Amino acid sequence: MGISLALTVALILVAWAGAAAGLQAVLGTVTPYLAGLTFLGGVIWRVVRWARAPVPFRIPTTCGQERSLPWMRYATVDNPATTLGAVARVALEVLFFRSLLRNSRFELREGPKLVYFWEKWLWVAGLAFHWSLFAILTRHLRFFTQPVPAFVGWLEGADGFFQAGLSALYLTDVAVLVALTYLFLRRVLIPQVRYVSLPADYLPLFLIMGVAGSGVLMRYFFRVDVTAVKELALGLVTFHPVVPPGLSALFYVHLFLVSVLLMYFPFSKLVHIAGIFLSPTRNLANTNRERRHINPWNYPVKVHTYEEYEEEFRKHMIAAGIPVEKAGPPAQVGIPVEKEGQ
Amino acid sequence: MSAPKPQELLKISHRPPRTGWMDTPVQFRRGTWCYPGKARSLEVLDLPFPRQWSPEDDDWKLPPNWKEIVLEGLRERLHRFRSLQIFMDACVRCGACADKCHFFIGSGDPKNMPVLRAELLRSVYRREFTAAGKLLGRMVGARDLDERVLKEWFYYFFQCTECRRCSVFCPFGIDTAEITIIARELLNLLGLNVDWIATPIANCYRTGNHLGLLPHAFKDMVDFCVEEIQNVTGVGIEPTFNRKGAEILFVAPSGDVFADPGIYTFMGYLMLFHAIGLDYTLSTYASEGGNFGLFTSHEVMKRLNAKIYAEAKRLGVKWIIGGECGHMWRVLHQYMDTMNGPADFLEEPVSPITGTRFENARSTRMVHICEFTADLMKHGRLNLDPSRNDHLVVTFHDSCNPSRAMGLLDEPRYIIRNVCRHFFDMPENTIREYTFCCGSGAGLGPDENLEMRLRGGLPRANAVKYVHEKYGVNTLACICAIDRAALPPLMDYWVPGVGVTGVHELVGNALILPDEDERTTDLRGNPLPQPAGTGDPSGPGVSDLDEPGGPGPRSGPNTAPGREA
Repeated sequence: MGISLALTVALILVAWAGAAAGLQAVLGTVTPYLAGLTFLGGVIWRVVRWARAPVPFRIPTTCGQERSLPWMRYATVDNPATTLGAVARVALEVLFFRSLLRNSRFELREGPKLVYFWEKWLWVAGLAFHWSLFAILTRHLRFFTQPVPAFVGWLEGADGFFQAGLSALYLTDVAVLVALTYLFLRRVLIPQVRYVSLPADYLPLFLIMGVAGSGVLMRYFFRVDVTAVKELALGLVTFHPVVPPGLSALFYVHLFLVSVLLMYFPFSKLVHIAGIFLSPTRNLANTNRERRHINPWNYPVKVHTYEEYEEEFRKHMIAAGIPVEKAGPPAQVGIPVEKEGQ
Repeated sequence: MSAPKPQELLKISHRPPRTGWMDTPVQFRRGTWCYPGKARSLEVLDLPFPRQWSPEDDDWKLPPNWKEIVLEGLRERLHRFRSLQIFMDACVRCGACADKCHFFIGSGDPKNMPVLRAELLRSVYRREFTAAGKLLGRMVGARDLDERVLKEWFYYFFQCTECRRCSVFCPFGIDTAEITIIARELLNLLGLNVDWIATPIANCYRTGNHLGLLPHAFKDMVDFCVEEIQNVTGVGIEPTFNRKGAEILFVAPSGDVFADPGIYTFMGYLMLFHAIGLDYTLSTYASEGGNFGLFTSHEVMKRLNAKIYAEAKRLGVKWIIGGECGHMWRVLHQYMDTMNGPADFLEEPVSPITGTRFENARSTRMVHICEFTADLMKHGRLNLDPSRNDHLVVTFHDSCNPSRAMGLLDEPRYIIRNVCRHFFDMPENTIREYTFCCGSGAGLGPDENLEMRLRGGLPRANAVKYVHEKYGVNTLACICAIDRAALPPLMDYWVPGVGVTGVHELVGNALILPDEDERTTDLRGNPLPQPAGTGDPSGPGVSDLDEPGGPGPRSGPNTAPGREA
């Protein structure tokens, strides 16, 4: 954890120092482009690599009654028997974290007695975090588009329902910070989760905290020149990069952390967002016995054929009255019965 | 091998040790691992590097280029399985799976958390196959493959029963079974297997079943069941073997033919088929539905499974019915058609009794016996007297594979409700897709592994204990041959007074055969419950079928407290 925190702080200092040293052009244009390229290229490379590997077997994890007899109700989504059902299943995973909603924890009490509790907080925090992040990203379209699409305005209106001082307080800003804090605390406080956590698990948390924190500071405390930000952002997406004067170091910290996060993305666990769509235990319908699934690398194997089997045991089979393909020697009465143990 | 007392076993700490998991070497403590595969068994299937070795030795007699073999094997599998790539890359270590594993609950060993079990392999994957791992090493959880890592793999990948419970809870559907299957494939490249798997696959390959029963011995065992049915019902049944031209091939797990209490389930199958006059045959060549190849490698799985279709084709049957077995149905449902199909020499299954088309088995052409029987009951084609099971208060253990690889949840319950009048489900966190493993699946059932089996079986047993105390449940029904071997000692240890039965044993008890004598006992020879008021509650009937070679001492269902006369 320490190393991830130190790295994040170092990145913040680098950006700050860079801004102070007059490297706005590097921080405002070069790194964002580099980050964008790395992100796009990296994610495409990763997904193509996954997609090129075949799915040799149909291995859905079924989480409900199968479709078998016509009068028996089956779980259309949790154990899909149609493509539509499988799509719905993946959609529920992606949009609402269906599987995480099942989470439970256990306690071993005297007796012995194992007790299970519904553990919804990871689901709540995970959902709040991801959805808030998505809403915040969408709100950022205001900087990258001209004219701004109407739905961005609607989203801002809904999100900024509460007023904080002069400006609207975005619920998603609060939610993302609370959720991040919860996700961080559970990683530190739950012994098992702490035990499995790697520096690579803390780093994205700290980076996103840095991004969100700097964003919140710019919006509510050290107001940034929004027009200048938009000028820079539009310049980037129209490939006419400009570095307007007057943007604070805080802004460059924000932008730099986002850039680093994007570059880090394809090479880290953050690719889970793409992986979920391709996960064979979730995206396949349970039609295993109904439709044949083809394995592209299926190869012939050596088997013990019936002919070999009969050849070896014919004598016994005839003696026991079991039909055989080829007539063998006449059965002897009273041969000792061989029984092979393990 | 004797296990510690329950009080001792229950001293479980779920707090991880002070040392990080990469710095905590594995310890091979007796009672928690299985004996290595015998060289002779590996040789039967031409598996690599057969030799005598022991996990307790420092020197595992690995081939000099073992690292190359493993890494090349891993590279090959990354190209073959998208699942493996995604499961290696997508985990965020959220910890949702951590306490879903029965081995973690029962042992507290952090490497039994599914996330960490997978990290054992992932760490090597990152080191060898990702840029981040090559550059940053431990920061991103990467480490070199060395003998310590390999030993850890052997210990923990043969301490996973491939039950897939963790996969239900994973937000990305990461399936530890898939990771374990592939990790075991890598271990098998070096001749590292356990004997409780290696010897059954060798037997199965040569003789057609795990137990190594030769054709006439297999027939003898079936004949024994036939005699017992005659003793109980007075009805003579004549099953056929390897008969060409039969309509249906029936394949059961061989454990049902051989071991107590599976034989009672087998008797149930035979009685059912007799009652409806089914035109079926058994095969001595394909006398095993179970497939320990699943616990070895995809290739061995395919080699063993091939016999079923080959035999169906040779005998010219129309379609196939399969008996009650868990991992057997994982293979039949999720792998068989892909590996050894298409089964175009068979016909789409149609019940000759009810005319029901089993649409869901249209391609594989193999139907689960619970689907078949539930359909018969729905159409009222069976003459049943559920009061004959009145001495049993039943709960149902969803076997892992039919639950999480098929979704066969309601068919067995429907059958039980038709043949038993006292049925109670266990708490909902422990049944259906949330079901807990018996703790002995995936080839981990030998006696030398008893302590780990009892630990892994604790969550299942504890849920049984709940309904045992609350409703007086004295019978645990299941649809898996491994369960029928593993659950009786588990019950005796954690919940004495609960017996174990297959679903079709209950069917056999309740089924009224044409021309049968009045029954005085159930299939086990226990006296049938008397109508209320005239009951004879004088104690358990002694079954003359309780052979000493069975999987362990078993309390007769009648000895259970909470029984109502």
